[in-house]
Amino acid sequence: MKFERYGIGIAKGLSVTLRHLLRRPVTTQYPEQRLVTSRRIRGNELIWDKNKCTGCATCAKTCPQGVIQIVTSVSAEENKYKVEKFEVDMGYCIFCGLCVEACPYEALFMGYAYERARYRRRELILAKEDLLASEARKPSGYFRPKIEATLPRQTLLLDGDRGRRDGH
Amino acid sequence: MAMPMLPPDWPGGFWAHWGVFVVIIFVFVLATIMGFIWFERRAMAIMQARLGPNRTGPFGVFQPVADALKLLIKEDIVPAKGDKLVHWLAPVVAVVPVLMIFAVVPFQGGAILADLNIGILYIVAISSVTTVGVFMAGWASNNKYSLLGAMRQVASVVSYEIPVVLSIIGVVLLAGSLSMQQIVIAQDIPFILLQPLGFLLFFIGACAEINRAPFDLMEADSEIVAGFNTEYSGMKFGLLFTAEYGEALAISAIVTTLFLGGWRGPVLPPWLWFLIKVGFVFFVIVWIRTTVPRVRIDQLMALAWKFLFPLALLNLLITAVEILVLPAVSPWVLVGVNIAVMIVLVFLWSRLFKLGWGRVEV
Amino acid sequence: MVIKTEPFVVNFGPAHPSTHGVFRMRMTLDGEVIVDMEPVFGYLHRGIEKLAEERTYTGCIPLTDRLDYLASMSNNLAYVLAVEKLAGIPVPERAEYIRVIMAELQRIASHLIAVGAFLNDCGAFMTPIVYMIREREKILDLFEMACGQRLTYNYMRVGGVSQDVPEEFLPALGKFVKVMPGWIDEYDRLLKENEILLARAKGVGILPKELAINISASGPVLRASGVKWDIRRADPYSIYDRFEFDIPIGSVGDCYDRYRVRVEEMRQSVRILKQALKDLPEGKVRSDVPHLIRPPVGEAYAHIEAPRGELGFYLVADNSIAPYRFHVRAPTLINLTALREMMVGWKIADAIIIFGSIDICMAEVDR
Repeated sequence: MKFERYGIGIAKGLSVTLRHLLRRPVTTQYPEQRLVTSRRIRGNELIWDKNKCTGCATCAKTCPQGVIQIVTSVSAEENKYKVEKFEVDMGYCIFCGLCVEACPYEALFMGYAYERARYRRRELILAKEDLLASEARKPSGYFRPKIEATLPRQTLLLDGDRGRRDGH
Repeated sequence: MAMPMLPPDWPGGFWAHWGVFVVIIFVFVLATIMGFIWFERRAMAIMQARLGPNRTGPFGVFQPVADALKLLIKEDIVPAKGDKLVHWLAPVVAVVPVLMIFAVVPFQGGAILADLNIGILYIVAISSVTTVGVFMAGWASNNKYSLLGAMRQVASVVSYEIPVVLSIIGVVLLAGSLSMQQIVIAQDIPFILLQPLGFLLFFIGACAEINRAPFDLMEADSEIVAGFNTEYSGMKFGLLFTAEYGEALAISAIVTTLFLGGWRGPVLPPWLWFLIKVGFVFFVIVWIRTTVPRVRIDQLMALAWKFLFPLALLNLLITAVEILVLPAVSPWVLVGVNIAVMIVLVFLWSRLFKLGWGRVEV
Repeated sequence: MVIKTEPFVVNFGPAHPSTHGVFRMRMTLDGEVIVDMEPVFGYLHRGIEKLAEERTYTGCIPLTDRLDYLASMSNNLAYVLAVEKLAGIPVPERAEYIRVIMAELQRIASHLIAVGAFLNDCGAFMTPIVYMIREREKILDLFEMACGQRLTYNYMRVGGVSQDVPEEFLPALGKFVKVMPGWIDEYDRLLKENEILLARAKGVGILPKELAINISASGPVLRASGVKWDIRRADPYSIYDRFEFDIPIGSVGDCYDRYRVRVEEMRQSVRILKQALKDLPEGKVRSDVPHLIRPPVGEAYAHIEAPRGELGFYLVADNSIAPYRFHVRAPTLINLTALREMMVGWKIADAIIIFGSIDICMAEVDR
């Protein structure tokens, strides 16, 4: 284990670190500055469209965790299912998106936001009215190309990457 | 009784001079230590492509204050079976010598607390007392791992004292005096050019003595021993931490005085030159910490005894020969000769040097 | 007179700042030298193999994400290959190319963390790992663009990938491929020839060639010991036989060689990405496979070259919608078995470096 290279290796490393003094840091100061997330982000909530849902429960069957509970009753005059209970336990959900992928009527969406922490577990169980879309709960474009087209473009760290400036 | 070591133009007499300078040293040392903590965190962060602290005050300048406040309100835990008096005294013994070093550091031409004519010897003696404080800290914790860490620390400090002192002697030979003020005055050419090998040895040895990277294995979390300050919490830990940064400041000040020309410089006021040079040396220490990995304990000892110590002896020998020659040749010739000798010696020693043990057969 | 010393047992506990994950080592120390070492793991066992027996074949894909969470795309790929082998499902061309692109990007991302964590254990405060995480963020941005998540992707499906990449993915990937070799050169300049790193890592923790083959080591650990074995060449899966790349091998099998092998593999992955980007065809990305698959009775084993070694999935089907048996051949568990031979005779500080160099992800060891 000889002391190889006579100190030149350390000097090269020191030059790399010194050059970083001239570069802009890559930190984003959350919460004042935020990055725009991907258009297909599988955010921390599920959004349900009451009008398109037929109560077929494909999403519930697809979910690997079994977090979606659907109870329907037959509605004779309209000749379709009436969804009595549509409850999602967000505490168990792993946000895999298989339910959104499976819905044949495009009635289920992943959320666009990711700051959905709650103080109590019972607030994580979302029932019918909590799951609707609203101004605060926007749907994301995961598996929904029409919504994906309306969302803003993602900020990429690559966009600010000018490469190494020393002769790469 | 003559008033000793008093510059002739100082008003108020001896005790006024002493009082003013004690206040200046306290304020300077404590404020600069806080500044160094802030500077280290910011500089290291920017070299790592991130921002450092920037929320406590503009540019995060109050971060050390926040740290100190946090440490003050923590609970002071003392180990039940440990030696309580030694536990309480250890941070004190570790911090006070660091402050005492600044009594002989010249801030300006006449601005020094006591211009002892044995200045540098005083510094070498006092800086060894810090080690006793560290050992007391390890002993009082009643924890065999802390004691091991403290003993390792003592072993490394004692090993690195020798090359450090030998390189100081090289400077003293050139300046002709042990007094710090005289060493600065004798530097028409900064001694870093006349003693490049001495500077290298002093710098490496000093970094090892103050436990800064790449020799910070005492505080690393890759050892199961967290070092001598495992059992310390609250302000006692704060004091030990202050002692570490205070030693870094002291080393920067000593390097500035011995090798970089102290307060000498062309245009700006001398104390400003002193601060700039101290800041620059500290920046180099932080820069090395950011880049370089850590050495192992046996590699640390091998570096001291097999690499630095013979080179320090050779440096002393060559300097002594050059002193005899100095009146006859211009100093710049010696600069060239010294740099060439340094390169040859470092090259030669690196080829011959074996760093630490290998695998041990069990 | 020889001082009689007594070895004592020390517990490098499950919660330690330097071990990657919850891993316990019971070391017998004689002074500072390690005399014996016993690894104890199982602290992260979650019963994934049993959970998989209650989920459909497509529903197991999110479960495989969580096996080796630093290389989720590779886990997805291996599992999906096993199911396709079991049921005989073909994959469209574009999907194959996209799978290769994702797998190689994942390899670069995983190696960045591995090398960064190794250099961090060597003591270079935090600088190498911060630089490498900066590059990994670029890769994670690309993954987020394609599938919506940054860590557990759930991107591969039986018969292809779940959706096509968006239109800004390919230009971004082109830019990444252009700048990445420069950044890898910067890491080399930072620490490859650093004397202290050489003193700490060269010759430390040697895994001899015969031992590596005997314990079925795989991945960079095997290649650093001098064995030229890469599943992408030895038993090509997907379309890897169409790409041109080298297989870096080491000579001695010490920690430094493992570090170098990983860095060189990153360069080769960039090379594969360039070729894949050039040849990407148009077309469908998913065969028409329903969500509930019912493969015929049988068994299949599919293995890939994951960043950490040979990752294999063994599936047994019994004509129902869930697998009857789902077994994961975890590469890091097999590589771990050599840890004792590598560590004995070195000091404690070296134990951390050796452990960091074989790049363990405890989630994969314990499943």
